[in-house]
Amino acid sequence: MSGCGSDNNATATPGASGTSNATTGAKADCATGTLNGEGSSAQKNAIDQAITDFQATCSGATINYNPTGSGAGIKQFIAGQVDFAGSDSSLKDAAAAGSTSIEQADADKTCGSPAWNLPMVTGPIAVAYNLKGVDKLILTPAVTAKIFNGVITTWKDPAIAAINPGVTLPSEAIKVFFRSDESGTTDNFTKYLHAAAAADWPAASGKKWTGKGEGKEKSAGVANAVKSTEGGITYPEWSYAKDNKLGIAQIDNGAGPVELTGEAVGKAVGAAKVAGEGNNLKLKLDYATKEAGAYPILLVTYEIVCSKGKDPAKAKLVKAFLKSFAATDEQAKLQDIGYAPLPSAVQSKVVTAIDALS
Amino acid sequence: MPSITGVSTVDELPDPEGHGPLQGDGASTGRLGDRLFGGAARGAGLLVIALVTLIAVFLLSQALPALAKNKVNFLTSTKWNVDGTPLQFGIANLLWVTVLSSAIAMLIAVPFGVGVALFITQYAPRWLSRPAASLVDLLAAVPSIVYGLWGLQVFGPHIGGVQAVLEKLFGWFPLFKSTGIGAASTILTVAVVLSIMVLPIVTALSRDVFDQTPITHKEGALALGATKWEMIRTAVLPFGKPGVISASMLGLGRALGETVAVMIILSALADGASWSWSMFNGGETFASKIANNAAEFDSPQKAGAFLAAGLVLFLLTFVVNAIARIVIERRKAFSE
Repeated sequence: MSGCGSDNNATATPGASGTSNATTGAKADCATGTLNGEGSSAQKNAIDQAITDFQATCSGATINYNPTGSGAGIKQFIAGQVDFAGSDSSLKDAAAAGSTSIEQADADKTCGSPAWNLPMVTGPIAVAYNLKGVDKLILTPAVTAKIFNGVITTWKDPAIAAINPGVTLPSEAIKVFFRSDESGTTDNFTKYLHAAAAADWPAASGKKWTGKGEGKEKSAGVANAVKSTEGGITYPEWSYAKDNKLGIAQIDNGAGPVELTGEAVGKAVGAAKVAGEGNNLKLKLDYATKEAGAYPILLVTYEIVCSKGKDPAKAKLVKAFLKSFAATDEQAKLQDIGYAPLPSAVQSKVVTAIDALS
Repeated sequence: MPSITGVSTVDELPDPEGHGPLQGDGASTGRLGDRLFGGAARGAGLLVIALVTLIAVFLLSQALPALAKNKVNFLTSTKWNVDGTPLQFGIANLLWVTVLSSAIAMLIAVPFGVGVALFITQYAPRWLSRPAASLVDLLAAVPSIVYGLWGLQVFGPHIGGVQAVLEKLFGWFPLFKSTGIGAASTILTVAVVLSIMVLPIVTALSRDVFDQTPITHKEGALALGATKWEMIRTAVLPFGKPGVISASMLGLGRALGETVAVMIILSALADGASWSWSMFNGGETFASKIANNAAEFDSPQKAGAFLAAGLVLFLLTFVVNAIARIVIERRKAFSE
């Protein structure tokens, strides 16, 4: 944390806020002002927690986050309307079909400096089900893909029974629920299915669901639908599966079944490669990973920021806030609300990048 | 002019020259207040017209480029592929779900609303009619998201039985064909919730027109020996008909355009789901589809495709209102 010195000098100037400012030499950097962020709803609970904690330590700071969806966040960021964006996928380096604009280039232009993607929140995606009397369910990528594209239609299917010895499966029909809105969760879940079981899930990944089933609005909608439907299955973020007390399947990518835990998710994130240049940390997740004990279905939410802020006061605040967000104790807190902490290797890279912000 | 409670001055007969009691002589006084008020009223009227025109222009300008690139028939296709190329989008599904859900909602809400209005104006004792009227009005103040959550979690689970009976008795008819969609999330469930949402509109307007029924008409009917029901049928209902029709059209507009409640209750269909006429199917309406995807409009052609759907909803509402206007005008011609 070499950047502390200069920041503390800066906070000393509005130091009229006075005695409560016990940060001299301590680890929390503070800055004052207002930040507006917009984007991914997947990280809403995580960033809310981080904002609450940051504002409790830094009394002069106000941070607003509007969870309107990744696409909207990026759009607003490029339009210069918000100070940072949250997105479930990093800025794209190629133009989307039917348009000539390249997200990364547009964002760089708005910033007047490279825009960086900083992985901040890892949200595991649970394969959540509602089956009376079935507490433990193991799924392989192939079976998961077949369930979600309607090839397997009842729970008593031999393919499910074969990988779940000793489990009494009911003869209930499988009711698949999907996200009817375009979402990063769908994108990452289908990325997983396509990468780990391409034969059974030939469709390319995308924010729009291409499998079968009934569509429900947002994470809350699908989780609630499964909760009230015997035999239902869906792919919500972990916190929604936990809050609704749904069964969560263990995933067997080939190295044995892995239960969804923060640690198992961390292992999968740690195995990811960094695709961006320098401090632009675009992760390339290996969904088909066969690493033992790694839970492969997850999404990473990035905070997208300008590497050189146009407004120095805001840049300082962005830096201070992200630093507290990426701090080890803040990341550890996230596990209680359904996220996984960044593994230390990735976290240290993120912190290095944040220190390089100006 | 004597003012008797319960009698509107509108009821009074025209004077010998044929002017109604509330008509001015059309001459302007030229006073400042007159000009200010007249100008303000004219401005308000023109502003609304300008707004509607601008909305239409906006929808058209956004939708046309996407429509030009559309590779399937916009009106008859059920495909919705706006992310990649080729661009394919059609509104057949949206149109059917929108029209069907609103039509069922109106079938329930209009008779019910008229019944409530008749009860409040003709049957209820005075001490009851006022609180009852305000309670019905209160329904309009409930946010639609509350209706949505209520419909999905409280009401939805109870409609399964009705649905099962209908499927069993009339399952041979395409409209009642059984589908795999959960009972709490079908078009029928949405329609019932929508009918509750439009009920206050239908009731409030019908109540107002029924209240205006000339007392002379009612007394005339009673004097001829009509029972209360016959009096309502021969005096109140014919007098109130145009009002009930415009009330229904306002309600229909609300039902067609309802967004949040529909989005929460109705299950969307997966890509490539087979076409069904059934009211037990899922789907999306124009408004719910646009709202559900608005956060991810990341390219102009995508936004254009959705706004093209919005344009159809706009035109649909327009046509419905035009038909209502025509019906009301004809009624007027007959009843005078």
